[in-house]
Amino acid sequence: MPAIETFALEKTYKVGFWRSAPKRALKPLTFSVHEGEIFGYLGPNGAGKTTTLRLLMGLVDPSGGSFKILGGSIEDPAIRAQIGFLPEQPYFYDYLTARELMGYFAALSEVPAKERTKRIDASLTRVGLASDAWDTQLRKFSKGMLQRVGLAQAILHEPKLIVLDEPMSGLDPMGRREVRDLIEELHEEGKTIIFSTHILSDAEALCDRVSVIGKGELRGIGVVADLTASVKGNVEIMWSGPQAIPALSAIGLDPHATGETVRVVVSEDKVDETIDILRSQKARLIAVTPVRSTLEDYFVAKLAPAERAR
Amino acid sequence: MSRIAAIASNTFREAVRDRVLYNLILFALIMIGASLLIGQITIAVQRQLLINLGLTSISIFGVLIAIFIGIGLVSKEIDKRTLYTVLTRPVRRWEFILGKFFGLLGTLVVNAGLMSIGFFLALLYLMHGLQKSDGWIVVAIFFILLQFVIVTSLALLFSAFSTPIESAVLTFAMFVVGSFSEDLRAFAASANGVAHYLATGMAYVMPNFSALNVIAQVAHGSSIDWHLIVFNTIYALTYAGAAVCAASIIFQNRNMK
Repeated sequence: MPAIETFALEKTYKVGFWRSAPKRALKPLTFSVHEGEIFGYLGPNGAGKTTTLRLLMGLVDPSGGSFKILGGSIEDPAIRAQIGFLPEQPYFYDYLTARELMGYFAALSEVPAKERTKRIDASLTRVGLASDAWDTQLRKFSKGMLQRVGLAQAILHEPKLIVLDEPMSGLDPMGRREVRDLIEELHEEGKTIIFSTHILSDAEALCDRVSVIGKGELRGIGVVADLTASVKGNVEIMWSGPQAIPALSAIGLDPHATGETVRVVVSEDKVDETIDILRSQKARLIAVTPVRSTLEDYFVAKLAPAERAR
Repeated sequence: MSRIAAIASNTFREAVRDRVLYNLILFALIMIGASLLIGQITIAVQRQLLINLGLTSISIFGVLIAIFIGIGLVSKEIDKRTLYTVLTRPVRRWEFILGKFFGLLGTLVVNAGLMSIGFFLALLYLMHGLQKSDGWIVVAIFFILLQFVIVTSLALLFSAFSTPIESAVLTFAMFVVGSFSEDLRAFAASANGVAHYLATGMAYVMPNFSALNVIAQVAHGSSIDWHLIVFNTIYALTYAGAAVCAASIIFQNRNMK
């Protein structure tokens, strides 16, 4: 059973003074997240990532289509009890301390009273929030500390499905590393995790599968390795003999020389032609190495230049 | 039930930490000042003046708190996005509304309770004792609490679909019109044609705060008919119940930003 299944899910907002102008935030979206996987939901800012997650969390009603979450409806409190959600840039009651906030959420999630203290301490420890901050009011917290509290509340009730909207936002490099480790730990415990991000290295390091969304439209979905393989790769060619440079420049390549050694990166379909020219110019071939495509290459290939610039 | 209690106690805690109960200091100053000043005038009017001043203060302070906290109960949580992590838990939206309602009502009851203690101490100090008819003051305070029940439910209702400023204007307008509802009914009875129907309709829709105001009566030492106590209780609970239900229905269909 998929953890999440959407069927032509879409969202159109009414904008303008009379709310008469429709603005499509999400075009019909069909995808699924398998149980037990880490799923990355990628896209540039304003692509529709947060809208999708809010739809899935029942915070916004869809304009069309439907979805199933953990095999049921998000309207069902029993289903929501099995979900942990971290909103983008989370805001909490700033008059509460971290421990009080956790106590409140534990009560709302119906964590048994006798287990609450243990679970609260475990969650706050797990997200790396220093224990001397636990009894400090949240109004005094930095953005990074709030993000950690946000993660702690999302895992407090030991949910099956964890939905994280930009979980690395506001964290320093050390913090991002810790969150990556936490997501991996949760994955090893059998949790299903879906997270949105525009930081591709995080997705590449963590995800079993990813989807790329742009302008409210799904542009691609699949296993990271398959997606990156689908992007036509490049090959780096190295040789000795700068005399070949003018001939290669003439066919539009851009070779770089360091002393006698020259290198050029060409697309796969130009490899044979390049090597033929090198032979005809009596250059000595040193290496021909495929350059591995990254998720970034896939991302760049799938999104129009204007979208990437946003 | 435990979820409603958790939301209610969090609402109460927020109000206390936002220093809402600081109004008690102002009330204490009014009571002390009044006791000292009233002491200078004729004994016959002392009691009447103190009861009028004390109960009116309890009512006004409470209504102002009910309006100014009530109008932000839902909209503030939507604006600050604190609701996201609440509504994605196994909390039903009507439970959230009910929790908020009881949380603010609890704050108002505690506030009014502490004010009432202060008021009775001032009365005791000035009159050197209590008399039998002072028991009706408790009924007047109970009616003030019923006013709070209605005002809180209205503020919550408006907060469920409008901005805090719009909610404040609407709630305050209903409180003012409702306070003159006896006059509205009298006008409806004397008017003809469209004006008659409009005024009658408004008189039924607007909360009848006139019936809940017996301060002048108890200040004169008059008793309160028990029929009025029963009727007012049923009326306030029904009116507030309808407003809270409407708030829940509106909130159920509301999209978060």
